[in-house]
Amino acid sequence: MDEGTKVGPTTETRPVAGEKWVTFRIWRQESAAAPGGFEEFRVPYRKGANVISCLMEIQRNPVNAAGKSTTPVTWDAACLEEVCGSCAMNVNGKVRMACSALVDKLEWPVTLEPMRKFPMVRDLAVDRTRMFESLKRVKAWIELDGTYNIGPGPRQSQSEQAQRYVLSTCITCGSCLEACPQITQDNDFMGAAPISQVRLFNLHPTGAMHADDRLHGLMGPGGIQDCGKAQNCVQVCPKEIPLTTSIAAMNREVTKLVVKDLFFKDKESETAVGGPA
Amino acid sequence: MAEQRFTVVGGGLAGLMAVIKLCEAGHKVDVLSIVPVKRSHSVCAQGGINGAVNTKGEGDHPDIHVKDTLRGGDFLAEQTSVKGMCYAAPGIIYLLDRMGVPFNRTPEGLLDFRRFGGTLHHRTAFAGATTGQQLLYALDEQVRRFEADGKVTKFEYWEWLGMVKDGSGRCVGSVAMDLRTMEVRAIPAEAVMLATGGPGIVFGRSTNSIINTGTAAGRAYLEGAIYANGEFIQVHPTSIPGEDKLRLMSESVRGEGGRVWVPKKKGDSRDPLSIPEEERWYFLEEKYPKYKNLVPRDVATREIFHVCRELGMGIGGRDGVYLDVTHIPAATLDAKIKGVMEIYEKFVGDDPRRHPMVIFPGMHYSMGGLWVSFEAGPNLEPLAGSPKNQATNIPGLFAAGEADYAYHGANRLGANSLLSCIYGGMIGGPAMVSYAKNLGKGAAAVPSTVFEDARKQWVERFASIDKMNGTENPYLLARELGEVMTENVTVVRRNDRLRKTLEKLAELKDRWSRINVLDHGHSSNRPLSFVNQLWNMFALGEVITRSALLRDESRGAHYKPEFQLPEPKTKDPTQDPEWMKAWKERHQKWAKTTIARWTPQGSEISYEDIPTPVLDPEPRWYA
Repeated sequence: MDEGTKVGPTTETRPVAGEKWVTFRIWRQESAAAPGGFEEFRVPYRKGANVISCLMEIQRNPVNAAGKSTTPVTWDAACLEEVCGSCAMNVNGKVRMACSALVDKLEWPVTLEPMRKFPMVRDLAVDRTRMFESLKRVKAWIELDGTYNIGPGPRQSQSEQAQRYVLSTCITCGSCLEACPQITQDNDFMGAAPISQVRLFNLHPTGAMHADDRLHGLMGPGGIQDCGKAQNCVQVCPKEIPLTTSIAAMNREVTKLVVKDLFFKDKESETAVGGPA
Repeated sequence: MAEQRFTVVGGGLAGLMAVIKLCEAGHKVDVLSIVPVKRSHSVCAQGGINGAVNTKGEGDHPDIHVKDTLRGGDFLAEQTSVKGMCYAAPGIIYLLDRMGVPFNRTPEGLLDFRRFGGTLHHRTAFAGATTGQQLLYALDEQVRRFEADGKVTKFEYWEWLGMVKDGSGRCVGSVAMDLRTMEVRAIPAEAVMLATGGPGIVFGRSTNSIINTGTAAGRAYLEGAIYANGEFIQVHPTSIPGEDKLRLMSESVRGEGGRVWVPKKKGDSRDPLSIPEEERWYFLEEKYPKYKNLVPRDVATREIFHVCRELGMGIGGRDGVYLDVTHIPAATLDAKIKGVMEIYEKFVGDDPRRHPMVIFPGMHYSMGGLWVSFEAGPNLEPLAGSPKNQATNIPGLFAAGEADYAYHGANRLGANSLLSCIYGGMIGGPAMVSYAKNLGKGAAAVPSTVFEDARKQWVERFASIDKMNGTENPYLLARELGEVMTENVTVVRRNDRLRKTLEKLAELKDRWSRINVLDHGHSSNRPLSFVNQLWNMFALGEVITRSALLRDESRGAHYKPEFQLPEPKTKDPTQDPEWMKAWKERHQKWAKTTIARWTPQGSEISYEDIPTPVLDPEPRWYA
């Protein structure tokens, strides 16, 4: 990156001799109903700065590149170390976590936009309720008898743990949904994250006892069959979760279950409850 | 009895565990959280959770865990709660295991345990180096199950503003604000629990999430809740300084064999890999041959500070020492601490598997918090189901997690925080149920005007903040607060500087009234909420500083060189009668809980004796 040609204020909003500046183009929109557009900011360059530290700098001096006072930018963030999932946004057109987007490694000017597949809240903040609703739909939990002290869980091998652990690092950031061509704000495809969660729980010895319930959650409108296999999800996942492997594995399981439901369902459920009353 | 609704504020480990207990008891729960609960700060905990499961043939036992914890906290922790916690710990780890937490395993398929600071036993269960994330997700999943069942109503992106009290001073609910629509609402409850975490952001940059402003605890204090042991602030020995925050490098890095060192030659500018072994100074291993790099955090932090600030032997003459794992096979590192290896790689740019990390202490955790009580049972553990457990001095208001003061005394041991959060929620939930049961009449019996009046008060407060049109930027004031607190109220404390800090706090409060609110929008107006939070942060800053000023001794994380006991003449301090006499005198005077009450003139500090039914105090010595 040739910093010399890309850096430097065009207007002297905060003139400090010899200081380097980073220009940001940030999407501003007061609410879902309001019109939106870009606003430019110039932020003093600091070594090691990331997108969040620059947004913080704008909070401390909410003046745009034209030298006009403006409101601080609204964005979501919490942990700033890629583990809470809050700060996913489009940075230079690519969805990623803003906290780990180091200014030194970005093209300047830096363009920040909200994720477009989720309803707008304000500026860079969006509403990811849809993801948490999907976790309910697929019953992404272990059916626990209760929180009583009744001894350890089932033994698991080191390789099972390693396989489950990586799936369990999903931070529900929404990057996989944002990158997915099948998803729009108007449809209800659940996207890769909840599908991978079904795999996580179905791999657990206790979770496996209710595997079919979760697989049923993957069927029907908005379910796994809406996946177009574009494979964008796995490329943008900040936790490098093998999402497409999960989708393929769950596709097989769902297909098996469809066949099982078709031919064996009545018989099995009768056996399960000890036959019809 | 009519349907009972409870409110839990905060969706981290403590809050969610309380929610689960309340749901299991058949009640409905409103959960208030400023972020989706799955994004709470518990996700940041890395290293693990302690429990004396004793699977390594070391003879570990909950009693030893109790002893390590009380000694680690230099006998300032509440003893019955510590005993209850340590005895419950193995069961809690098993419970999490049943919930599906992907804990690391031994070849036999059992839970694996690793070493952590302040103990000589393998007692820490872990899921890679993102244990907090994995534990929080397990509880989040169980709460979602109750939510799908209609038992839990989540108010996410809602901020708790303050209590609603009835005529007798009892907490009968909360006022909260929707941070998206800015709607202010009163929420009645049989009892309210604050599980709102610590005050890291009062110190500006810390290892905490930026949501950890301590605003709820600060507000509760302003409304009459006692804040205890505020001066005990843990500065973690190993963090990576950043522009926006200090990123934690887990203690598990040392638990897995990481070594701390600096070049023996001052200002040695060679690449660390080319510095031969005999020219490296492993100062922790040298001074603490028994615990080596795993001394408690306050001890390690002071040593690193000493090496950099007083001896000037930090790397390149600056703040920073090496944390070295390059001697450990990369595959082992990836299996056990990949999460933190990646953080270092992503944010610093070097691969710590190949190149020693450069780290420096960073503000991390508050041992102090809202004062809570416990009722001891016959086994000296908190009595199951007692309404006194986790109860603040305000009837109907409970606190748990980092927001309470009880479990860690003057210094918290690594991997005890996840445990204290879950245990606090586990006994706090049932305590709330018992409290409501004993009370008979519920929040429904409180006249609706009480709630409406409380709501109106907050609507008016925000209307007045919305009019603030001065010259001060609230975020700049917050930065000044953080800078002065970090400079004067962290590792080394001197009374003259603490006094200056109080003056600075008074100045900041004065300037607060000249704030410009920056934003008059009616949707997701973050500055509006932050200006209110900032006032509460000043209140906590004052409690922390004044408590530090008045405690003229060194204990755990609170270190005052002016009031330091001299070094004992013998290696084992108990063999130096003169020193023991001085220690006993000091202990009698200061082994007390600091109690801070709000008054219009500022915080009023008093001291409360600490009963020691579980373990007699002894000198805390790790060398």
